Amino acid sequence: MKGEVLGEAGLHMAAADNVVTAIDDLDAGAKIPWDDGTVELDEPVPFGHKVALEPIEPGDEVVKYGETIGEAVEPIRPGEWVHTHNCESTRGRGDRDADAGEVA
Amino acid sequence: METFEGYPRDSGPAGVRNYVAVVPTSVAASAVAEAVADRSAENVRSTPHQMGIDPPDAARDQIERTLSGVGRNPNVGAALVVGLGPERIAADDVADEIADAGRDVEVLSIREAGGTAAAVEAGVELAQDLWSGIADATREERDASELVFGVECGGSDATSGIAANPAVGAACDRLVRDGGTATFSETPEFIGAEHILADRCADGEVRERLLDRVERRESTARLMGVDLRGAQPSPGNQEGGLTTIEEKSLGAISKGGTTPIRGIVNYAESLPTGSGLVLMDTPGYDIESVVGKVAGGAQVVAFTTGRGSTTGNPLAPVIKVTGNPKTADRLASNMDVDASTVIDGEPIDSVGDRIYERLLSVASGERTAAERRRLEEFAINELQPNELAELRGGA
Repeated sequence: MKGEVLGEAGLHMAAADNVVTAIDDLDAGAKIPWDDGTVELDEPVPFGHKVALEPIEPGDEVVKYGETIGEAVEPIRPGEWVHTHNCESTRGRGDRDADAGEVA
Repeated sequence: METFEGYPRDSGPAGVRNYVAVVPTSVAASAVAEAVADRSAENVRSTPHQMGIDPPDAARDQIERTLSGVGRNPNVGAALVVGLGPERIAADDVADEIADAGRDVEVLSIREAGGTAAAVEAGVELAQDLWSGIADATREERDASELVFGVECGGSDATSGIAANPAVGAACDRLVRDGGTATFSETPEFIGAEHILADRCADGEVRERLLDRVERRESTARLMGVDLRGAQPSPGNQEGGLTTIEEKSLGAISKGGTTPIRGIVNYAESLPTGSGLVLMDTPGYDIESVVGKVAGGAQVVAFTTGRGSTTGNPLAPVIKVTGNPKTADRLASNMDVDASTVIDGEPIDSVGDRIYERLLSVASGERTAAERRRLEEFAINELQPNELAELRGGA
């Protein structure tokens, strides 16, 4: 697994990824070079968490390691923190299955 | 060809340590086993656990497989099996299976010995006799292909998938290239990445077995009403930046490297030596999962952690690897390899080479941080009621 460090702020794991991992505690306003321009952070993003590099619409795949890690559940702007509040697994939502009476 | 200095055994691969194992057959004998190991020679180690004296049949099979596997681990030169007396897992049965691997074995019954104090006294004498039978063993140069390297991750964060796991994976690839065996497990952490693992299976049978095991773990979680998103990644994982189970799994599987998957064995089942990358079907609980691989024959374990873990094992050295620079600093006394240099630009392969060199030096006798601190957790996986029902149904 290889990655590319962007501006000493983020680690981009694979070419297809639409998110980058913060390699430091990043402040709001921090800039990450991307696609001949920069992506500016909307909010502080802690070490190890992800930042969107491109606009991601609800239902769109969030891609890291070149693979789908989940889907957006609200519109995500470039520079926005991507985490459990706006990205969900496409697998286990046992809690919802239970609500829907799908669990025996 | 890469080599290490190991203890040759009458059968099977060489050991990287030379221990007398004191193996209790139930919780009722665990305290005596611990006391015997404490009062005996330095190289006497116990494996106390919490399993009861009368487990259901399927659980009995798994416990016995684990205990006899632990006693047959190449790091064990001789074993003392301790029972209270009424256990369904008879100490004699476990001892016979260990003896079949060519090890000297003694059996101690607490009731027959006349109670706890008498049993501890008799046990210390037996353990010391067993030790004197193996104390003369000396290390010899052995081929790296004799090594079975178990890899585990715990306390994961985003750096696990970025740095520590792929670096350990690069070390696994090197060992496999040198003819050895690498194994990883924690089936719940394949969920979301099983399609990638399936594509790497050596044949259709292994592929089918792998997908079946993942499905079984996923349905078990659903049956228990577990929200996989809430439970995996765990709240700690989420704080560390992992958002979904897919993200965690994609990072987790990279610790096994990139070679084809040659097989998948049951919990604590014997791992075939010299066969490349083999998976073991275990739960995600770190200590139980490490013990399963040690029972399967792993002589050395690499344990990656982002947020920090201190755990070890009584019989196999555990090499701690972290990719998190803060953990490398804060838990420096518990870590063996700092892989956080990946974030500063050290290539994964270069960190992998460092881990492989450490694997060989630990196999040759260098002590790990967990060994120096005598961190020796031991636990056996307990089958859940629905798993027992499934096994009873002959599935």
